[in-house]
Amino acid sequence: MSEQKEQPDLTRRDFIRSGVRGALLAGVGAATGGLLARSRSGDTVWQIDPEKCIACGNCATYCVLKPSAVKCVHAFGLCEYCEKCFGYFDLDAPDVETGAENQLCPTGAIKRRLVREPQYEYKIDEQLCIGCGKCVAGCGQFGMGALFLQVRHDLCINCNECAIAAACPADAFRRVPADKPYLLKKKQ
Amino acid sequence: MRRLIQFLIVLTVSASVAFAAAKLPTWYNLPETTTPAPQSDIFEYIDVAVLAAAMALAAYLALKRRSRRGLLALTIFSLLYFGFWRGGCVCPVGSIQNVTLGLFDSGYVVPATVIAFFALPLLFTLFFGRVFCAAVCPLGAIQDVVLVKPLKVPTWLAHALGLGPYVYLGLAVLMAATGSAFIICRLDPFVGFFRLVPLGKWGQAIIQDGSWPGWDLGGRFNLLALGACVLLVSAFIGRVYCRFVCPYGALLRIMSRFSRWRVSITPDECIQCRLCEDACPFGAINKPTRRKNVSRSEGKGRLAALILLLPVMVAVGGWLGGRVSPALSGRNPTIRLAQRIRDEDAGKVKGTTDAAEVFRESRRPVVELYEEASGIRREFLLGGRLLGAFIALVVMLKMIRFSIRRRRDDYEADRADCLACGRCFAHCPREQARLKRIREGK
Repeated sequence: MSEQKEQPDLTRRDFIRSGVRGALLAGVGAATGGLLARSRSGDTVWQIDPEKCIACGNCATYCVLKPSAVKCVHAFGLCEYCEKCFGYFDLDAPDVETGAENQLCPTGAIKRRLVREPQYEYKIDEQLCIGCGKCVAGCGQFGMGALFLQVRHDLCINCNECAIAAACPADAFRRVPADKPYLLKKKQ
Repeated sequence: MRRLIQFLIVLTVSASVAFAAAKLPTWYNLPETTTPAPQSDIFEYIDVAVLAAAMALAAYLALKRRSRRGLLALTIFSLLYFGFWRGGCVCPVGSIQNVTLGLFDSGYVVPATVIAFFALPLLFTLFFGRVFCAAVCPLGAIQDVVLVKPLKVPTWLAHALGLGPYVYLGLAVLMAATGSAFIICRLDPFVGFFRLVPLGKWGQAIIQDGSWPGWDLGGRFNLLALGACVLLVSAFIGRVYCRFVCPYGALLRIMSRFSRWRVSITPDECIQCRLCEDACPFGAINKPTRRKNVSRSEGKGRLAALILLLPVMVAVGGWLGGRVSPALSGRNPTIRLAQRIRDEDAGKVKGTTDAAEVFRESRRPVVELYEEASGIRREFLLGGRLLGAFIALVVMLKMIRFSIRRRRDDYEADRADCLACGRCFAHCPREQARLKRIREGK
């Protein structure tokens, strides 16, 4: 008997509930449907615009990975193969040879090799590079700017909000299409 | 001055340097700049599949099978998979911000997998209750497994603290919509723990030369300390983050209120034995109303007053929100830069920052920056007002809910609070009898 009494009350509540459920369903559907349509243009990854980068050093310290997923890369086509490389040698270096006291790189990640007097080749050992950008600043200031920083995507775990991007003073980080994940420097 | 000295050094040095001198020898092959490809996104699609499967299983275990043991096993699996193996990212909690930014910034593309992570738990909750919270969310799981001695939070305090998720949700949406920051990701208390262990993509990425630098806490120390505090508290106050902080929980509570099916303490009739009264460590079991015949007209005056007060309070909330918006907008990088430039020009601060230096070197007119900043400030003013109105609305609706007297005859899981963990099942003698009947094959 008592069940019969409760019946109409329950149905009314259930009716409202299913109405609201339908509305919520439509809301979630509308919000995500539009975004899904746009997402077909492909996923994105983080990258540094080398033209904006000021080699401040944040890339080495703010990345959630230690060492950072940002490494120095070398646009060999731009490089002048200088004997005294401003990316390789400290300005106050006592001598122009490969001794650690002469090098700008704190981890000795740049390998210097003679091509033909007075031309030297500089290669980055990414296993050692910590992305501090000291060499980038040196090369950019006095040299050709052939050294620059890039997010290396074999390492980057593509955080939702890149911690370096949030700390970048030059607004140099941006999301780029995952199928074109690098912003390389080229010879003009 | 430093620049000048450097310049002089360069002048003297460059005399001995062959700038743009000889061509490279013909035998020399110009090396290519390597471009390693991003990690395959196949794993992200697997994540979505695992998420859907885990929620379907959780719904089955909670509603149909009614197995606490099964839910616990699934909880541990989710903690290992979404937490330690996948490093706690992507997660639905953080996806709120991506979806918000996507809705407000047409240039931002939300990955399909992130949209799925946002929408699937909402849809599941709309049909089965909070089964995502029960056994799939890694943030919930890590708190659930450390719960040793649940203490009761006084009801009034639980209700007051329960406003936290809505405030956090509103703030996170405001910060994401203005493109200022993803605060949920920055303040995630557990991701640091997930990443202490070298597993999954996180482990692959970090073990570059065979060593594991993960133990070097470095800049993560603060977050880990926060996480440790939250875990310590959640050993005694069950799922403290889920109940009083989680912004995604606020959305799920709304969904759960209107869910098609939900967890019941017993599928049979409640005999009001009171054995389940203290079974829920999250305070989600509602007692029957004390008096049997509560007249609906009782408290009518209070209800009417509250409903009349609602628009007033929303307006006051909006006004207050507008007042605090300048403090919130201080988190926006553009506004910070504009403030810095203004202070530097006024001589209020000494020296300069990297960002200010970059701005000055770009030769962009200061007026343009100020205009951009004041545009963002206006967005924040509007957003702050909406946020204030939203919080006032949530508070008032809560008050109104208290004033509506509904008769409840049985012990019931609260529609919004219940996390579908299944702990109460074993406390119910009717459930025990039911299980016995099933065992005996009747």
